[in-house]
Amino acid sequence: MIEVHHLTKRYGAAVAVDELSFQVRPGQVTGFLGPNGAGKSTTMRVIMGLCRPTSGYGLIDGRPYPELERPLRQVGAFLEAKAVHPGRSVYHHLAGLAKSNRIPESRVNETLALVGLQTVARKRAAGLSLGMAQRLGLAAALLGNPPVLLLDEPVNGLDPEGILWIRGLIRRLADEGRTILVSSHLMSEMALTASHLIVIGRGRLLADTTIDDFIARNSRSFVRIRTPEQERVRDVLTAAGVEARRGPDGAIEVVGASLEQVGELIGRHHVTVHEVSMRSASLEEAFMQLTADSVEYRDDAGPAFPAGRMG
Amino acid sequence: MSALSSAVSFEMTKARTVRSTVWSLIFCFLVSVAIALLFGWVLRGAYDDMSPEGKAGFDPVASGYNGLRLGMIALVVFGVVLVGSEFSTGTIRSSLAAVPDRGRFYAAKIITGTTIALAVSVITTFATFFAAQTAIGSARNASITDQGALQATMGAIIYMTLLCTFSMGVAAVLRSPALSLGILVPLFFMVSEILNNLPGVQKVAQFLPDAAGQIMMRGDPPESTVLNGWTGVGLLTLWTAAALFAGYAGLRRWDG
Ligand SMILES: Nc1ncnc2c1ncn2[C@@H]1O[C@H](COP(=O)(O)OP(=O)(O)OP(=O)(O)O)[C@@H](O)[C@H]1O
Ligand SMILES: [Mg+2]
Repeated sequence: MIEVHHLTKRYGAAVAVDELSFQVRPGQVTGFLGPNGAGKSTTMRVIMGLCRPTSGYGLIDGRPYPELERPLRQVGAFLEAKAVHPGRSVYHHLAGLAKSNRIPESRVNETLALVGLQTVARKRAAGLSLGMAQRLGLAAALLGNPPVLLLDEPVNGLDPEGILWIRGLIRRLADEGRTILVSSHLMSEMALTASHLIVIGRGRLLADTTIDDFIARNSRSFVRIRTPEQERVRDVLTAAGVEARRGPDGAIEVVGASLEQVGELIGRHHVTVHEVSMRSASLEEAFMQLTADSVEYRDDAGPAFPAGRMG
Repeated sequence: MSALSSAVSFEMTKARTVRSTVWSLIFCFLVSVAIALLFGWVLRGAYDDMSPEGKAGFDPVASGYNGLRLGMIALVVFGVVLVGSEFSTGTIRSSLAAVPDRGRFYAAKIITGTTIALAVSVITTFATFFAAQTAIGSARNASITDQGALQATMGAIIYMTLLCTFSMGVAAVLRSPALSLGILVPLFFMVSEILNNLPGVQKVAQFLPDAAGQIMMRGDPPESTVLNGWTGVGLLTLWTAAALFAGYAGLRRWDG
């Protein structure tokens, strides 16, 4: 289990993480979501003991990371920043790490096979493509076969095939019962891999819930009605006390009534309709709405996203 | 203790799997021996043309160790690169993830670097001695069993090793190999040399780390210095301890 307690990190006057508290439970993937500059990487570096908190602390299985005995066997971390000597070969990078924590050297080849880097084992890190470098970072995290994983934007820079591969890998690792915290600034990515969500913006906690709950709570869903009898449908709805508005494409949108309620009303009044359907704002939009106030670098010239991209 | 030993074998692996560190050591050896040979060969020819005072003051041991000064630059490069590249390449993040106790990480790094520097210094110094004396020729060369020869050799080994360790401490403070070398190389091999040849400043300049250590390398200490071989070693040791401590304080504050 990973815990963060009242964590604050300031860089001069700027606050990167602000009184942040949360827990990451075992056996599931917890998504750590926030726009650029929200403080995700900083939080992970503090948990790892790489960076000193201004106040508060992070714990792994009840202990600060620097106090862990052979930490690579307990926590695997994939960090955003470069952490490999460009002149050292892939194999030797991992072999050194294995030595440091008394991990058998046979794990190096096993891990290379796991991430698909066997063929470039002797290659120097400087010669790796972006995707291969990402895989090497993951190999370092998985080397000690740790029960806890901290992955900072692992899909960044990967091609679609690489992204699919990593999603599968993360799910497999979670199915093995590990505690996984994976950060992203893409809600859609999290919806595919995570079952729990921690959302932060400007270093502050904005949401800490299951993904289903987050979707239910944050996607403003509505019932969409397409009909040749606009006036009658409106009258029927208004008479029943249901609020209706005109959607961007001329369809009627009903908020605050279920699909069943709307369907029954229409059926009772024998109105012709071409479509009655449930629609929801995309997850990405829900996420942006939630973090809208905390986005650090926003283009103030216009809305953060164009209206009318519902569904 | 076992935690420290695995941290040391981690550092050993890192030191020998990068070209720059390996090459700086090979270079240290090659350049020292090559210059010793060249210098000795030149001396062999030039001896007859020397003034009588020159002949009287001729110290084949000290002359033979002239080449070590250049080899030492390579050893300083080794120490600086070993420590500084952790910061410049970001490797320190994976190193501290593996060995999060910063004191242990630092101790392992310094032990590793110093051990390697000592081994290379021993090999280089003895090889340099025999190369130089062979080149000078049997007519006037020194034997290792001569009075003071072994002591000067030990002095040279200690000097080279401590200078490398000193440089590791400085690199941990400055965190940039380029900046560290930019300061250390001119300091050791130019500024200190110049200051130690200016009559007024010399009294103070002999206390600079490399000048203090260098006294050990001479068979008999020069009249002009306050320090002798042993106080010179002591002073260089103090300099090294101070640099190591400053490096440790810097590493504790590192925030990445
Ligand atoms: N070393 C540093 N010095 C100064 N400010 C920093 C430093 N590291 C991070 N920050 C600031 O702290 C804030 C949080 O940064 P952080 O990298 O943790 O965000 P993030 O959520 O990981 O963003 P991204 O999605 O872009 O990776 C940012 O405003 C950033 O500018
Ligand atoms: Mg980040």
